Amino acid sequence: MKKIVFILCSLFFLGLTACKNESHTSTDERAVYQCPMACEGEKTYDAPGSCPVCKMDLAIVEPSEKKASGEISELSIFNLKSTWTNQNGEDLQFEDLKGDVLVTVMIYTSCKAACPRLVADMRNIEAKLTKNTKENVKMVLVSIDPKTDTPERLKAFAEENAMDKEPWVFLRSSEDNTREFAAVVAVNYKKISPIDFSHSNIITVFNDQGEMVFQQEGLGVNSDATIQNIEKAVASIK
Amino acid sequence: MRTNIFRLSFVLILIHTISYGQSEGMARIDGARYIPLYGRDSTVVEVKDFDLDVYPVTNKEYMAFVAKYPEWQKSNAKKIFADKMYLRNWKNDLEINDDANLNSPVTYISWFAAKAYCDCQGKRLPTMDEWEYAAMSDETVKDARIKKSYNEQILSWYEAPRSNENLIGENPKNFWGVYDLHGLVWEWTSDFNSVLMSGESRKDNEKDDNLFCGSASLGATDLMNYAAFMRYAFRGSIKANYAIKNLGFRCAKDIEIP
Repeated sequence: MKKIVFILCSLFFLGLTACKNESHTSTDERAVYQCPMACEGEKTYDAPGSCPVCKMDLAIVEPSEKKASGEISELSIFNLKSTWTNQNGEDLQFEDLKGDVLVTVMIYTSCKAACPRLVADMRNIEAKLTKNTKENVKMVLVSIDPKTDTPERLKAFAEENAMDKEPWVFLRSSEDNTREFAAVVAVNYKKISPIDFSHSNIITVFNDQGEMVFQQEGLGVNSDATIQNIEKAVASIK
Repeated sequence: MRTNIFRLSFVLILIHTISYGQSEGMARIDGARYIPLYGRDSTVVEVKDFDLDVYPVTNKEYMAFVAKYPEWQKSNAKKIFADKMYLRNWKNDLEINDDANLNSPVTYISWFAAKAYCDCQGKRLPTMDEWEYAAMSDETVKDARIKKSYNEQILSWYEAPRSNENLIGENPKNFWGVYDLHGLVWEWTSDFNSVLMSGESRKDNEKDDNLFCGSASLGATDLMNYAAFMRYAFRGSIKANYAIKNLGFRCAKDIEIP
């Protein structure tokens, strides 16, 4: 009897340790169907059926095909599928910012040392952009302290600094996603006390396709090259 | 009858402990507070109880992973997540070179790939503090850092070439029952990018010279600091999409509280 209970329990718990992501992947790769004769052009369906025009059975669109025609390049930050929340409490992914040149920096709002200067550097860059350029640029401040920097806190910070308007965007996400974003932009950071972080000071420019085109390192450095790169990136928007 | 009930409940408790205990192939590490060698100003850090893979992830295990997740195959992995060295010693998307051993640790792996692998297993990468904590034990004690033999062994390994081609499990297991934290390959940690070295080209906001690991190391008289310095310096110098010959990984897991 005891043995049976033991075996049953072991089986049960073995089941629990199986790969949790399996179901995830299958939903991510939900099949897309399309008329094989392309009667309706690029129109796709979520479920199998027949084409309303030629009545042929809909065919599955190969995911690889989708990738090939997809516009995201391999080096694009839009490959990050993490969800972020802006200062207005709206959820978004980096891909939602596609089309504009992105200038990003990682800060935290309770920072007293480097961040105010980093934010000042961002403002100086923004101030030097021409009006036309600015229309195609988003200045993105990503929090490295998501615990403290709630959307409300980001909002308050934005308002205090008169940055609660275009082209400024404040973002926060989970600690995991933040670590990942930092890894992409090669920003290193470490929590050194309950309220303070030590971090690299890097401003990154992404073109409208999300590809990194330039990085400015350091505080209060000359930002001419950064501005040139932003303008170049804006000029090359299709 | 009474004793039977007593026995049964005892068995149930035992089953309970075992079931919520270590996952297969993992060792339970009892957390504690300790001072990492290169923390900031010798700050005490706290490591909670966690489970750690007994062995680093092997070529064989990684082959099974890419078979199931084609996006991590050599030709599919996106450049932003893995540089061109990714799985360099594989002959195609599904197989490693013939001269490589399936029971060697998988290397030429980026941080993103290692993270994805652990996520899929319902695990995660260990933090740097967790890894260093588990790795400071030798075969008999939890903290062997002051032992001369422990440090000499690590450094002699750092000098040994091509240890990534060795097999897992050939070095003695440590106090926790974990193999190969030293002696085989270096391993990714989840927050490897929390190493900050000022005085480098990175221009960190810290002007504090205490933070500059190098200066501390130069002043260090014992081997213990030197070995740890090498690990921290290495972590501080790599980027998340780098795939390197002697850098592999293993996974960790929080302890599930019933």
